[in-house]
Amino acid sequence: MSKSKSKKSTIPDPANPPDNYWKVRQKLEKEGKKLFVQKIFADWCKACSICIAFCPANVFGKSDSGMPVIIDPDACTGCRFCEYHCPDFALSIHERYSDRRKK
Amino acid sequence: MNVILTGEKSKMSHELNGKKLLLQGNEAMAEGAIAAGCRFFAGYPITPASEISERMSYRLPQVDGTFIQMEDEIASLGAVIGASLAGVKSMTATSGPGFSLMQENLGYACMTEVPCVVVNVMRGGPSTGLPTSPAQGDVLQARWGTHGDHPVIVLSVSSVSECFSIIITAFNLSEKYRVPVVVLSDEVVAHSRETFTIPSTDSIEVVDRIVPNVPPEWYKPYEDNSRGVPPMSAMGDGYRHHVTGLVHDTQGFPTEKQDEIEAFIKRQFRKITNGFFEIQITKKLHIEDAEIVVIAYGSVARSARRAVAMARSQGIKAGLIQLVTLFPFPKNTVVNVMRQCKAVIIPEMNMGQMSREVKRVNTGLTEVFKYNRIDGKLITPMEIFEEIQKV
Amino acid sequence: MIAGMTELRHKYLRHHKKFPHVWCSGCGNGIILGAFIRAIERLKLKKDDIVLAAGIGCSGRMPTYVDFNTLHTTHGRALTIATGIKLARPSLFVITVMGDGDATAIGGNHFIHAARRNLDLTAIIINNQIYGMTGGQASPTTPYGAQSTTSIFSNIEHAFSIAELAVAAGASFVARGTVYHAAQLDKLIEKAIRNKGFSVVEIMSNCHVQFGRRNKMADPVTMLNWFKDHAVSRDEGTSMPPDSLHDKFTIGILADEDKPNYIEEYSKIRKRAKRN
Repeated sequence: MSKSKSKKSTIPDPANPPDNYWKVRQKLEKEGKKLFVQKIFADWCKACSICIAFCPANVFGKSDSGMPVIIDPDACTGCRFCEYHCPDFALSIHERYSDRRKK
Repeated sequence: MNVILTGEKSKMSHELNGKKLLLQGNEAMAEGAIAAGCRFFAGYPITPASEISERMSYRLPQVDGTFIQMEDEIASLGAVIGASLAGVKSMTATSGPGFSLMQENLGYACMTEVPCVVVNVMRGGPSTGLPTSPAQGDVLQARWGTHGDHPVIVLSVSSVSECFSIIITAFNLSEKYRVPVVVLSDEVVAHSRETFTIPSTDSIEVVDRIVPNVPPEWYKPYEDNSRGVPPMSAMGDGYRHHVTGLVHDTQGFPTEKQDEIEAFIKRQFRKITNGFFEIQITKKLHIEDAEIVVIAYGSVARSARRAVAMARSQGIKAGLIQLVTLFPFPKNTVVNVMRQCKAVIIPEMNMGQMSREVKRVNTGLTEVFKYNRIDGKLITPMEIFEEIQKV
Repeated sequence: MIAGMTELRHKYLRHHKKFPHVWCSGCGNGIILGAFIRAIERLKLKKDDIVLAAGIGCSGRMPTYVDFNTLHTTHGRALTIATGIKLARPSLFVITVMGDGDATAIGGNHFIHAARRNLDLTAIIINNQIYGMTGGQASPTTPYGAQSTTSIFSNIEHAFSIAELAVAAGASFVARGTVYHAAQLDKLIEKAIRNKGFSVVEIMSNCHVQFGRRNKMADPVTMLNWFKDHAVSRDEGTSMPPDSLHDKFTIGILADEDKPNYIEEYSKIRKRAKRN
C-alpha cells in the first residue's frame, strides 16, 4: 500500500508497534486527537472496495479476496465517508473513549 | 313524499335515508356505495360511467369521504387499492376501455388480497367501440382479464334498485373475502331513470373487514385460518408489514418455496369456494314447473322477465333464472334447473360469453340455445318471447 | 451527532430477516437506503407513521428491508397507490421510491400528475440511467450515445432530466443528489419529507454492472468518481462558463416553493360541500 501522509508520522503503526505504543496512543488522546473504532461486518460485506478507494486517511487495505481489512485504525479521522457510502451496511465507525470503563 | 330530482343539487341533503328519489342507475350505484360505507372514490371520466364519478364528487365530501379524479384508469384503481390498504372502503367506476387498463392493478388487488369494488358499465367493444350503446362483452374479461390464476367475484345489475342493493352486496363480499369485486352494469341500466326509495340505514346490512386482535409482533398478514381469509390491518395501525405483488409467505415477504406458493394460491381459491353459498346469488321466476328456462343477467334480465310473463300468459311454461353473480358461476342452481327443464335459452348482448359457461356445465341434461345481439341495441322482451315460442 | 449506522440499522431495518440484501456489490441503492434511514432518524418519525411504497425493479426491493409499512406495487404505479394511502390517512408520511424507468417511463404520467396535484408525497427517484434488474436495457434517462443491451451500437434517444421535469410539472420541492454526496442526500430527503406538498429527490446512482460495464465505468469507484466530477452545485453552476456545463448536472435544491397542497384544499371542499 502506498501511504505517505504527514499525519501518519505522529501515529504509531499498529502492525509494527514500537515499544512505547500505548504511551504514544495515550499521549495522542490527551492532546485531543479523537480516535475511532472501525468495524467491518464481514457477513454483509460484498467487497465493492468503495471504502478502500475513498478513505482519505487510507485506513483500509485490500485482502487477497478483495475484502477490506483495517490496516491503520488510528489514522481514521472519523469523517464517516465509508460508513455513509457502504452499500451493504457492513461498516461502522465509533468514537473510541479511553475512559469507557469508567462510564 | 316529494320526489327529489337529482339535477337540483342544491336540494340534496346529506341524509337521504327513506327519501324517494328519481335516480338513474349510475347515481343509485353511488348512493349504494355510500350506504355500504364507501368513503373513497378515484375515477377517470368515461362514457357511460361518468355519472358515478360526478355524484361521488359532491356526495363524498359531505360524508367526510374523499373523491379524486386521477390521470387514468390505472391510477384510479391504484389509488383505490391504496385507500383500501389504509383501511377505507373504496371503489372506482369505469367502462370497457378503462377496465382493460385496470387489469394490471386488479391482479395486484387479487394478489395482495385488498378489498375493493370496480364498477364496469359495459359498452360496445372492442376498443372504443360503441360508447353510448349497451353491450355485455366484458363478462369473461371480468373473470379472466388479469393474468395468472386468480379468484374474483363478478356481480351484475339489472335495475336501478339493484344498482343500490348489489353494490352494497359487492362491498360486503369484498370486505368479507378480501377480494376485488367487479360489478357489471350496462349502458341501459346506467342511464335509465326510475323512482327509488333509499332504505333507512338500519335496514342495510354492512359488513366490515376483520381486523387483527393479536399483538403486532404476532401478526401474520397472510396466515391461513379456517375461512382462508386472514384479518387485515390498516396501514398506520401499528401492524407494520410488507405488501407485495410477488407471491409471498404468511409474513408477506416474497417467497419462491414451492410449498408456500401452492398453499398461497390454493388458499385464494379456497376462500371463495368456502363462501359459495352466499356468493352465488340468483333470482328465480316461475322455475318450479318451467319447461323452457331463460337464463339472463343485466338489462337483458328485465326483458326476459317480461318475456316470461308474456309466455306464461300464452300458456307456455317458461321460467327465468337471473344471474346476479356471474362468477363464481352458480353451477348448482343452473344444473338443478337444467335437470328438470326441456330447453334453456341464454339471451346476451355479446357473441355468447355466458352461454359458454352454461354449455360447460350442461352434461347432456338439456338443450341449450343462445340468442345474441351485438348491434348496440337492447334485446327486447318480444325478441326473447319469439325465441321462447320457436323453441 | 447522528447515531452510527449500526444503531440505525438495528432500529429501522429488518436486519435479522432480509440481510445481506440482493443488490450487487457496490450498488448505490444501499447508499440511498442508508441516507433514507438517516433522514428518518433526523425527523424523529414513528415507524408506524411511515409508508414506503416502491414500484418494480432494483429500487422496488428497498421496502423489503425497512421496518415501516411497506409496499411493493406494480410497475410504475407506486405513486398512484401512495396517493390513495395519503388521501385515506393524511396523518401518514407516504414516501415512494422509484427507479428512473419506473418513474419516468411506465409511470411517467403518474409522476407528472402527482407533481401537478401537489399532494403531500415524497418521491425518491433513483436514477441509474438504465433498466438494471431486467438486464441493462436503455431507459428514458440513458444518455445520448451510451450503450445498453437494447442500444448496442449507440443510444439515439435523448435523456430525460428528471429533476427539471419535476420542476416543470409543478412539484413544490425538487432536489437532486448523487450517491457520492451521501451526506448531503439525507439532508435533501429530510427536507423533502418535511415539505408539505409533492417533493421529488432525484438521486444519481451507480449501476456499474449494467450501465457502467458497457460504458467504460465497470466498477463502483469509477462511477462514484464520475458523479464527483460531473456534479456541480447551483452556485458553482452559475459562475462556470456555460459551455463547460454541457456534460454536468446540478445538485442541491432546485425548487422549493410554498403552494397549497391537495389535503388542505380538499378539507376546504369538504366544508363547502357540507354547507350546501
